[in-house]
Amino acid sequence: MSRRPYMRQVERSWWLHRPRYVAYMIRELTSLFVGLYCALLAVGLIRLSQGAAAWDGFVTALASPPGVIFQSICLVFAVYHSVTWFALTPKAMPLMIGGQPVPGMAIIGAHYAAWAVVSIVVLIAAGI
Amino acid sequence: MARSNKPLLWLPFAGGGLVAALLTPVLILITGVLVPSGMVHLRYETMAAFAHHPLGKLLLFGAVALPAWHAAHRLRMTAHDLGLGGGAAIKTACYGAAALLILTAAGALIAI
Repeated sequence: MSRRPYMRQVERSWWLHRPRYVAYMIRELTSLFVGLYCALLAVGLIRLSQGAAAWDGFVTALASPPGVIFQSICLVFAVYHSVTWFALTPKAMPLMIGGQPVPGMAIIGAHYAAWAVVSIVVLIAAGI
Repeated sequence: MARSNKPLLWLPFAGGGLVAALLTPVLILITGVLVPSGMVHLRYETMAAFAHHPLGKLLLFGAVALPAWHAAHRLRMTAHDLGLGGGAAIKTACYGAAALLILTAAGALIAI
C-alpha cells in the first residue's frame, strides 16, 4: 500500500441526494433507537434489583408523557428495523433444501411467522 | 494469514439484529403502550420472580445485550458512512457504550 492512499472526498450530505439513500440511512438509524431502548431496559433491570419502590417508580416513568413519546418513536423505528431485516434475510442467508434454492418469499414469510409467534408468546407471558 | 476478529463481531451482530427484529417491537409495545394504557400490569413480585429464575435471567440478558451490541456495531458503520471517521474515537464510543450497557444489565441481573 502506498504511504498516502488516495481518498476521494465525499460530501457528508451524500445520502440526501437520492430517496433510496435516504431510506438506507433511516434503516441504519433504526439501530440508534434500538440501542436507546436497550438502555431503558438496562435501567429497568437496575430498578428491579433495587426493590419494589424503585421498580414502581420505573413503571410510573414508563407511563409518563415523555416515556410514552420516547417509546412510541422507538416502536416505529423498531418495526421498521424488523421489516427491513426480514426483507434482507434471503440475500443474507440464502437456503438450499434438497439441492433446490428456497424461494426468497418463503424465507421472509418464515421470519414473519416467527415474529408473530414470539410476539404472541410474550404478550401472553405479560398477562394480556 | 492474519487472523480476523470479524466473526466475533459479526455473530452477535447478526444474532442481535434477529433478536431486535423478533423481540424488541413487542417489548416496546408492552412497556410503551400496554402498560401506560393500563392493559398490562408489570407487578414487582412477578418481574422479580422472573428475573430470579436462571432462565428468566438468560432471556432478559439476551433481550438487552444482543440488540445493544447490534446497535453499537451498526452505529459505528453508519458513522463511517456519514463521514465521521472510522477512527478509534467512534469505535470506543460505540462499543464502550454497548459494553457499559451490557455490564450494567449483567450486574443488575446478578444482584436480583
